[in-house]
Amino acid sequence: MFIANYVELIERNETVLQESLLKVATRHQLEPDIRETCMKLAAWSGVHLSDLHPIRDRFADTAKDEPERVEKGLFRGARKGGLGLLRDLHDLYILATEVKLTYEILKQASEALRDKELLAFCDSSMKETVRQLNWIETRIRQAAPQVLVAA
Amino acid sequence: MHETRDSIENIWGERTPYYGQWPERVDERVIEEPERWVQSACVLCSNDCALDIGVKDGCIVGVRGRAVDRTNRGRLGPKGMHGWIANESADRLTFPMIRRNGALERASWDEALDLIVRRSKEIVASHTANAIGFYTSGQLFLEEYYTLGVIGKAGLGTPHMDGNTRLCTATAAASLIETFGSDGQPGSYTDIDTTEAILLVGHNMANTQTVLWSRILDRLAGPRPPKLVVIDPRSTHTAARADVHLAPRSGTNIPVLNGLINLIIESGRIDRGFIDAHTVGFDVLAQTVAKYSPSTVEALSGVPEHKLREAAAIVAGSDSLVSTCLQGVYQSPQATAAACQVNNINLIRGLIGRPGSGILQMNGQPTAQNTRETGCSGALPSFRNFNNPAHVQELARLWNVDAGMIPHWSPPTHAMQIFRFCEEGSIRMLWISATNPAVSLPELARIRRILKKPDLFVVVQDIFMTETAKHADVLLPAAMWGEKTGTFTNVDRTVHISHQAIEPPGEARSDLDIFLEYARRMDFRDKDGAPLIAWHDPESAFEAWKKCTSVRLCDYTGITYEKLTGGSGIQWPCNEEHPDGTERLYSDGYFRTGVNDCEMFGHDLDTGALETILQYKAIDPQGKAWLRSADYHPLLEQPDADYPLLLTTGRVVYHFHTRTKTGRSAELVAAAPDAYVELSEDDARAYKIADGDWVEVRSRRGIVQAKARICAIVRGEVFIPFHYGYWDGDERPRAANELTLTEWDPVSKQPYYKYAAVSVRRIDPSELAENPDRFEDGDSRDILETLGDALKSAAAGHPETH
Repeated sequence: MFIANYVELIERNETVLQESLLKVATRHQLEPDIRETCMKLAAWSGVHLSDLHPIRDRFADTAKDEPERVEKGLFRGARKGGLGLLRDLHDLYILATEVKLTYEILKQASEALRDKELLAFCDSSMKETVRQLNWIETRIRQAAPQVLVAA
Repeated sequence: MHETRDSIENIWGERTPYYGQWPERVDERVIEEPERWVQSACVLCSNDCALDIGVKDGCIVGVRGRAVDRTNRGRLGPKGMHGWIANESADRLTFPMIRRNGALERASWDEALDLIVRRSKEIVASHTANAIGFYTSGQLFLEEYYTLGVIGKAGLGTPHMDGNTRLCTATAAASLIETFGSDGQPGSYTDIDTTEAILLVGHNMANTQTVLWSRILDRLAGPRPPKLVVIDPRSTHTAARADVHLAPRSGTNIPVLNGLINLIIESGRIDRGFIDAHTVGFDVLAQTVAKYSPSTVEALSGVPEHKLREAAAIVAGSDSLVSTCLQGVYQSPQATAAACQVNNINLIRGLIGRPGSGILQMNGQPTAQNTRETGCSGALPSFRNFNNPAHVQELARLWNVDAGMIPHWSPPTHAMQIFRFCEEGSIRMLWISATNPAVSLPELARIRRILKKPDLFVVVQDIFMTETAKHADVLLPAAMWGEKTGTFTNVDRTVHISHQAIEPPGEARSDLDIFLEYARRMDFRDKDGAPLIAWHDPESAFEAWKKCTSVRLCDYTGITYEKLTGGSGIQWPCNEEHPDGTERLYSDGYFRTGVNDCEMFGHDLDTGALETILQYKAIDPQGKAWLRSADYHPLLEQPDADYPLLLTTGRVVYHFHTRTKTGRSAELVAAAPDAYVELSEDDARAYKIADGDWVEVRSRRGIVQAKARICAIVRGEVFIPFHYGYWDGDERPRAANELTLTEWDPVSKQPYYKYAAVSVRRIDPSELAENPDRFEDGDSRDILETLGDALKSAAAGHPETH
């Protein structure tokens, strides 16, 4: 059984997403909606992480080895201005997609295991991951044409 | 001089008590006997009272309310009775100007328009139309907005068009779209005539729409008076007449409204049949509001449990209900979410679309509805959905342009983002018409910095040398109300015509003529090489607009200039089926939420994320209204040790906007001469401030200095009226927006003017600071000096007639 690997992966990925959202919030202070919304979305990931604790404890002793981290190569360099914002949102989208996929996989496993607690956790958290993704995409759609064409 | 009443002394006038048909009362004020009367409607608040303009020797000499009109039945408020004097003000802009070597200098129309056209073409060639933005108004006429909309959307093809309606009415539109699928006000002013209960949320109607408030006062004085519930942190004239006044702390509308809905559901006085047949989302709403028990609400908002229960008893206990909201909702955190809760109250009670029951998501400006309808504030014209390819295609066919020309690839750029793009440099030309962002946008130091940017080409089109006009690279003198013909629409969808009464001063031209001339010189063409804009005057523009509205909710096809002239205004939708207009929307309980109908596919109320057409198809409510629910989120900028108080801003009854018009009336200036700072008694004592002391209010963004007024405001809150800027004022910082935040609602993108953490201290008059709006270099001081005498006499309240 490798469920613990994915429980751990969720923890890592949500942590990375949370930290990255906060990083983007701080980095783009001049974009008020970015700052405000990224802080809000980071708080959601924080709630998922604390909801995860009891589950992680249940599976703690079954972990086999270190899962890969996805964030290598993301958020490189000092990113400022319109293009920096677009690239940062782009990377956030990749991270949030990774989180969503991890939940999808874990959700399947929880169904196979008939683990209702895990299933409920995956369902409720993933709903918010989808909302995070929707916002990032909406914001990208606003930022992208301007920076690529007019800046 | 003749006036039927002193509207300064007695703002709302004599009572005409009633139930049913609101009696006539004709208010009139003339300084000389007019030779003729010309039909119009007032543009000094969002009520749009019908009036006739009195003219003598080519000048306006007064106004008289139109008894025949459904909106006001002859009444006028203090601004309407006095504000027309601005037309005759000696310091009107009368010729175009161009900035040369840093200073504004007189120019010809040819020079000014040539320069604008040359810059437009250069910028489009080098950076596409995405580098051009338009920031317009809630003060122009429908015909002008529509023309501007077509120029921007089909001529240039820029997504960056918005109006100052973003500051006043964007949340009204957003909440109507979220709940009903489309903008368009469901209610009618006549609902007030028979209703049993009125719920005013963040809406100080006694100040903001004095004539609509008179309608309520007359009901209160008559038989079967309605019960009044008012939610407002300040003890206003409106709140003073309430049966129940709830005064929540800033930023806590959501807990209070959720708490109210919770009690309504608990009371069982909901319309289950209506909810099942005509709405979706009730279960989630019920689950959400269940968390807001009266004690929780009290803890979060400061509203006592028993008060909330009393309010709920009225709202749940009446058989008809009119709910309204305004800036206390729209300019506060969680604006759209809260405005949607107001819609929810009427929906769960099934009280919509019939006499006595309706919702007024009040507008802030007289023609704001048209800015929204015509596509000058984000959405596509006639409430079309930029995300719906079929809607984009309809416009492409109507305008005979390629659909790809019409911006639809990103959400329409809202005003705050337009200024952000200007700040970072990707918008290189900004055309501002009939609005004064240098006083009205939040965080003024930043706005001034943006307007001063040398690489931003700023076109300003206005009637006076405003704080914004000073920053123009090209300044175009516009004709104002009374000097041009056009139509506009108010909150109960009544369309009025305003005929030209006098000639514009000097070389000033109507905004319509300016836009048409720009289009002609830009040589915008349709697919077949014909001119894109085929109309040439107000009436032909109106006829073109009608085609754009056909089969849409805001159907104008049955309205003509002729029909609007002589009688009362007419409510859209007006078409063959409803030749006299339509009193209420949604009488059949069928809403515009279907996937092919709706204006947007909905937002996440917490983040503003847009849903896609695919997501929407999966949950298409097919004509049922959305009951949108939302949890409370605390403010981002909380009071702390350095900034322990919360600022809220708002209006006084005698002024409109930045006083460009009302500041020219001696009587209105005398009635409300200067900014002030309202403080509670407790706070005044704590800071050792006496009534009338000079105080300095400081936020992280700036300072305001004004005299203190100690009054019954909620403890911990400070109020400053936002009207006062610098064109006629002292040399001290006094604009409320020096202090406000650059933050906005995630859905409507309306800025939060109603909260900012501030500190307050008493100051000595010797500590009064310098005017933050002064020009340091390369300014237009010469022009200001030439205008100086006129400005001074206008400020002193002695406008000369010419």
